[in-house]
Amino acid sequence: MARPGLPTATTAPATGAGGISPAAWITALVLLFMPALASDFFLVQVFGWTLILGTIALSLQFLAGYGGMVSLVQMTVAGFAGYMVAILGTSGLGQISLGWPFWLAVPVAILLAVVFGTLSGALAVRTAGIYTIMITLAIAAAFFYFTRQNETVFGGFLGFNGVRAPVFWGIDWRSPVPFYYLCLGWAAIAFGLVTWVIRAPFGLALQGIRDNPRRMAALGFDVTAHRIAAYAFAAFLAAPAGILLTWLNGQIAPGTVGIGPVIDILVIAVVGGLGRPIGPFIGALLYVLLRLFALDLLVALGLSGQRFQLLIGIGFLLTVLFSPDGILGLWERAQQRWAGPSGGGGR
Amino acid sequence: MKKMLLAATALASLALVAAAEAAEKLKIGVTATLEGTYTVLGEDGMRGFELALRKWNRKAGGKDLEIVVVSTDTTPDSAVRAVRKLVEQDKVDLVISPLSGSEGIAVRDYAHTQPQMTFVNAASGAMETTFVNPAPNFFRWNMDGAQWQAGLGDYIYNNKGYRKLATVGEDYSFVYTQVFGLAVEFCGLGGQITQRFWVPLGTKDFASIIAALPDDVDAIYLGLGGADAVNFLNQYAQAGGNAKIVGGSIMVDQTVLSSKGRAKEILKGAVAASGVADTWEDPRWQAFVKAYRDAFPPDKRFASPSLLAVNYYNSASAVFTTLDLINGDLSDGHKKFRETMAKLELDAPNGKIRLDQNRQAIGTNFVTEVIEDAQGNLVSKVVKVVENVNQTLGLPLDKFKALGLPSRTNPECKKY
Repeated sequence: MARPGLPTATTAPATGAGGISPAAWITALVLLFMPALASDFFLVQVFGWTLILGTIALSLQFLAGYGGMVSLVQMTVAGFAGYMVAILGTSGLGQISLGWPFWLAVPVAILLAVVFGTLSGALAVRTAGIYTIMITLAIAAAFFYFTRQNETVFGGFLGFNGVRAPVFWGIDWRSPVPFYYLCLGWAAIAFGLVTWVIRAPFGLALQGIRDNPRRMAALGFDVTAHRIAAYAFAAFLAAPAGILLTWLNGQIAPGTVGIGPVIDILVIAVVGGLGRPIGPFIGALLYVLLRLFALDLLVALGLSGQRFQLLIGIGFLLTVLFSPDGILGLWERAQQRWAGPSGGGGR
Repeated sequence: MKKMLLAATALASLALVAAAEAAEKLKIGVTATLEGTYTVLGEDGMRGFELALRKWNRKAGGKDLEIVVVSTDTTPDSAVRAVRKLVEQDKVDLVISPLSGSEGIAVRDYAHTQPQMTFVNAASGAMETTFVNPAPNFFRWNMDGAQWQAGLGDYIYNNKGYRKLATVGEDYSFVYTQVFGLAVEFCGLGGQITQRFWVPLGTKDFASIIAALPDDVDAIYLGLGGADAVNFLNQYAQAGGNAKIVGGSIMVDQTVLSSKGRAKEILKGAVAASGVADTWEDPRWQAFVKAYRDAFPPDKRFASPSLLAVNYYNSASAVFTTLDLINGDLSDGHKKFRETMAKLELDAPNGKIRLDQNRQAIGTNFVTEVIEDAQGNLVSKVVKVVENVNQTLGLPLDKFKALGLPSRTNPECKKY
């Protein structure tokens, strides 16, 4: 039996053509034709950033929602991949960067980040609950302080600037429209992979382990191996998003992998809703909009802009207070209310 | 589809209206560190900016000024995000940014990618920002960290008789630049810097550094700022520290001297150097201090404007003066604006400022000592004024370049 509030494979949206709701179709269409609607800034800084953060939070949602492991190391894995791209590829710090071409630097960076994520997972899986959170937070904090102190490999406080997205097939992949599709593409692949994996035998076993590890072990499943594999898979989702984040900012520095951003990913996932893969993306959109426009909103209301952080905090607090399962839960409850007891959320 | 078309038309007409409005208004984007370790610095910077706005009556070049403020937190990431929002989303006409050293380098890199926009540095003071790969559309009206130390090494060597120093600084570009400026002068005279301690920006616990401070030095140089400076002083006082202090430009500054508590008492008698001095007799400075005190109630300001307030005021004044000179005409892709600004000489509260070929300020620097004034406030008293300080600190360019760039260990402490 699934514990209440935790997702099961059956509550995930069906992937068969008949099962896709009209809302999903519309969302997909809008996302696909977004460049026709949105300005360059919205395309890149709002939607690009949302998709990137959403994908990183999705890797956390996968671990937490389906594996029962709340890992704070996901932002670090993404940042690690970003650092690797800067170190292996080209950047403004010529004396450190190795200058490999992107088609070599990117796959190697992803591979290294997956190794890093898997090792972190191997350390963390033997713990549970709050101890998992603590050990992953410790890894994240250690990595942050290390990058800030180390100048010979990680470039210290300033990090790497001038990290450019590649130009090939005659396209500059950092120009707004191609970059948006790059982000959308990886987010869609990650989303698809998660919805597929949770219905595959591995994903079902993982959910079984989440609900009753002892019983799964008795049935002959290797609990530890499954959990480590889940970390590896999550790292594989987060790593390319980290590289995209580095290209988005044109740079990577300790501020990207600091304790703040690490917690932000958890906040995004929780506020969006840990129940389904779409949750993290909703949370990311709310986070990005608040981050970018909270100050403007206060000024527009005639208030002093100084307290914009308060607005961000209150926004998240209210969401969690009124809906412990995030915005997604809010939406599902509203749907059930409108549709009556028989329709809607499927629980 | 019809709805979408309708929405698109509505949006387009909105954009048209916005464009028509923009013709009479000038939009200026500003960033300041309104969060994190340097919050007090950012807030006082914005007070300086507000003073310039009031002086110009929110009008420059015959156009109304509209201001968009974005907050950063001293990290290069946040600075890039902030200026990108200003340029790409708010579509400002000019950008005044950023406040902090490593932010400056990131914004200069971004400026290279936005040749149509002009960036005027607000207060950041890393040397590389204008010295290495300078952007033709990036202007800096304040001196860099090394220039702000001009005269300090000489004063502590010859007047105070210090021969050996240890330094404690925040681990980022601005403080590297400050120690660079100190070392070139102090070591050039024969002084020694025996140890350099670097602490991460935003450090709360300085116990290990304080324990490691050497005893066999004449004074300790502190290159800390904002909350870090106050935290260090508190812990140093509790540990019973009593070394003589030599301070960096944002260490001995109203952002720290105005802090509450007794820790700052340690700073009494400290020697420092900066682009401002609280007690300078010059009428321009006195007028500025009066304007600052009149504009804000005592609990919403410092006893005297900080270095940041002056920098923001100067940067904004340079922008508004230039706009007045060209009648607010930016239609030629900022060509006239940039040419006029490059030639401008600013009669600033802290002395005349002009720009060099890299659009970097050449100005006046002050060596100060901290005293208690009649009201019991700690203020910095001028002991020496150094005029016409340029980026190469008076050295020929090739000799200065040979020193290398500021870092944790560079330059070596020796005679040059």
